[in-house]
Amino acid sequence: MSETIKKFLYLNRKAPYGTIYAWESLEVVLIGAAFDQEVNLLFMDDGVYQLTKGQDPSGIGMKNFSPTYRTLGDYEVKNIFVDRDSLAARGLTQDDLLQIAWEDLDTDESVENIVTVVDAPRVSALMDAADVVFSF
Amino acid sequence: MADTIDVDGKEFAVDEEGYLANLNDWVPGVATVMAKQDNLELSQDHWDIINFLREYYEEYQIAPAVRVLTKAVGKKLGADKGNSKYLYSLFPYGPAKQACRFAGLPKPTGCV
Repeated sequence: MSETIKKFLYLNRKAPYGTIYAWESLEVVLIGAAFDQEVNLLFMDDGVYQLTKGQDPSGIGMKNFSPTYRTLGDYEVKNIFVDRDSLAARGLTQDDLLQIAWEDLDTDESVENIVTVVDAPRVSALMDAADVVFSF
Repeated sequence: MADTIDVDGKEFAVDEEGYLANLNDWVPGVATVMAKQDNLELSQDHWDIINFLREYYEEYQIAPAVRVLTKAVGKKLGADKGNSKYLYSLFPYGPAKQACRFAGLPKPTGCV
């Protein structure tokens, strides 16, 4: 395994259902967690819908995979960011989003919710700081 | 690998790698029969892990990666069980792959 820790940014911009992008992105994050890199997720545009509470895609014959986002803390993802402007444009606020807890089972250190709503300058800074950006 | 397995006279569809085709079909007998095919006798320790995996899937809709499984088992069933040596002693073909198959779950994400 590489000694160099890189900053990975997974950029999610598409609605959760209708295309495979959201699910594929989530799978890559879960698999990539095994590589001990610094992983950040950023949701913007229609991608913010991926984190909304109360999803029910049974009417379109899809599996509701939103509960899986709540495991990200177990997969050592420590930071999940959501673009404030994208939320506002869709009439959403942080209250509409899932809470994702993070816990270090070795040290019992924990964070109640790792989902943070951020403004545009922070979005730019996150992209700028990333070594690798995966865009979905 | 057969496309169905026989559990108490009832046929259950499985995929080409032996994972149960439909999660909701699962009954404990599925695990017993699959274990027998792998020359394993299931003890209570096996069932603890199988049941744990089913609960995890129920809540999060995925099968956990080995690393996550190991930590979570340690937390729930005690530190002496939350290590890969213990889990491999129960499931020699890999705790995630083999135990998930017995539990009727899909193959864990990231497993090849």
